[in-house]
Amino acid sequence: MSGTILKVRDLHVAYGRVEVVHGVSLEMTQGALITVIGANGAGKTTLLNAIVGLLPASGTVELAGEAMTARPLESRVRAGLSLVPERRELFADMSVEDNLLLGGFRRPARERGESLDDIFARFPRLHERRAQLAGTLSGGERQMLAMGRALMARPKLLMLDEPSLGLAPLIVRDVFHILTELRAAGVSILLVEQNARAALQIADYAYVMELGEITAQGRPDEIARDQRLIESYLGFGRNEY
Amino acid sequence: MLNLSRAFHQPALVQPDGCQKRLSGSERRGQATVDSTIFLFLLQDGIINGAVYALAAIALVLIFAVTRVIFVPQGEFVAFTALTIAALENGKLPPTVWLLLALGCLAALSEIAQYRAEMTLKRLARIAAFDIVLPLIFIAIATVVAPMKLGEAVYILLAVVLIIPMGPMIYRIAFEPIAHSSVLVLLMVAFGVHFSLTGLGLVFFGPEGIGTAALSSQSFSLGALVITGQSVAVVATTVIFLALFALFFGRSLLGKALRACSSNRIGARLVGIPTSIAGQVSFGIAAFMGAISGVLVGPLMTVYYDSGFLIGLKAFVAAILGGLLSYPLAVVASLAVGFAEALFSFWASAFKEVLVFALIVPVLLWRSFTSPEGHD
Repeated sequence: MSGTILKVRDLHVAYGRVEVVHGVSLEMTQGALITVIGANGAGKTTLLNAIVGLLPASGTVELAGEAMTARPLESRVRAGLSLVPERRELFADMSVEDNLLLGGFRRPARERGESLDDIFARFPRLHERRAQLAGTLSGGERQMLAMGRALMARPKLLMLDEPSLGLAPLIVRDVFHILTELRAAGVSILLVEQNARAALQIADYAYVMELGEITAQGRPDEIARDQRLIESYLGFGRNEY
Repeated sequence: MLNLSRAFHQPALVQPDGCQKRLSGSERRGQATVDSTIFLFLLQDGIINGAVYALAAIALVLIFAVTRVIFVPQGEFVAFTALTIAALENGKLPPTVWLLLALGCLAALSEIAQYRAEMTLKRLARIAAFDIVLPLIFIAIATVVAPMKLGEAVYILLAVVLIIPMGPMIYRIAFEPIAHSSVLVLLMVAFGVHFSLTGLGLVFFGPEGIGTAALSSQSFSLGALVITGQSVAVVATTVIFLALFALFFGRSLLGKALRACSSNRIGARLVGIPTSIAGQVSFGIAAFMGAISGVLVGPLMTVYYDSGFLIGLKAFVAAILGGLLSYPLAVVASLAVGFAEALFSFWASAFKEVLVFALIVPVLLWRSFTSPEGHD
């Protein structure tokens, strides 16, 4: 479990003329769970969207030593990048099982069946609801489905954008529990969260993002003790789960 | 369009008194009444029309769902197929092969221009194979096969095979470079494609109208109603292809991937479904559906290079009645449009097209009041 899985260098992302991510660099080792925390509007979602290729960006992105920068989104997904977006982006009028199968669209058919069994074993709730339409699921189930769909691709790096957003505290605990399980199973995870306290509890390493830049980084316990960050940006106490 | 003029001239269809009236319906407008026999005739006409529209309408719904293009030129596939079969029946090399080669060259240029920065040798080879070599092979096959007059089945097969690649080619020429534009821009381009194709149709096929041989010359009677083999063939073929269509989208992963593109575009991209391939596949299926329609209508009407437009427009009415969303609704609406057309051509044949298109007005009003704001 060593080697660099993701290397981002000097990433700039702009919406039209307005640059919202200013030269972000980050690096993560294989099998690690890294979190990027920061206030709303700090550019965290933009950063993830640029890494996966949904947004054009300048700078370099490498996945396991492979250059991603010039490649379109579909090819990055094939190379092993998977994003669970903030809005889940499920196929609402299709069944849970079809959503999952499409998650493995790029895998050979035989592997797809195996992956489906794995996902159902990890998310028994999805197994119960396999024939139900994704649009009829509860918020927590949708998040599970979005994660399951991303895992169906057997990604080298799983990126999650605000997986706790809009979920009840108990469900948030479940989601974070699953993340720790996935990490234990060797999945590399890049987690973007506003719920800083929860994220810092499970992460191996943390980046703090403010106004489009990385302003602090370190071990989660160091970040959690930084009084300036706590007061200015992380909003501990207001954002507990 | 489908006035079923040939069907009218079949003896069985002009036997009842009512049908004599129908033939001169425009003079006697207002006097004509529908009795049960005429109603059955009109219903049969309506179902045949509707079956053809249904194939085109679901192609329209499919293309719109996957690519957001309202594909006005769908009817061109229908007309070009019928014209191709007619050329083959006369032992001539169908001009379709040259049209295919022309479209192939344009598609190749378009793709090379669009992706010049990331062009690889592999991709160039694929472009050359699909856009240049494939049409050349078809030209060779058609040149050999055409004078041999091998029979209707071969003509149909060759025509369908020649038309299908045009779908993906048209997508790559006209729509892929502007795939992220608004629905309105895509619609305007679709009209541009329609006018271009009609123009090309005139150049390649010439201005003469032509019909193709009937799929079946048999007929049988059911009470007062005479059912022609052709109408059975039309309905059976449509039912079979609708079933295949449903099976493809309900069961196969590729079909589900196309549905995923229409359900959630970002989600589809995030699981690695390439939108370009999805667009090409949906246009290919649409071309295939259009070709099947062309096989079916060829014997029913005189087809000109521009006959496709009215078929496409009526299928569009049906697709809109179905909200451009629902396949089953589009099929039901197609049958309704077909029946309405049969009814209007009996009551007021001079106005039948106007009346068919007028069906769309209340639906658009209803939809504009019930649809959410800003939905495109």
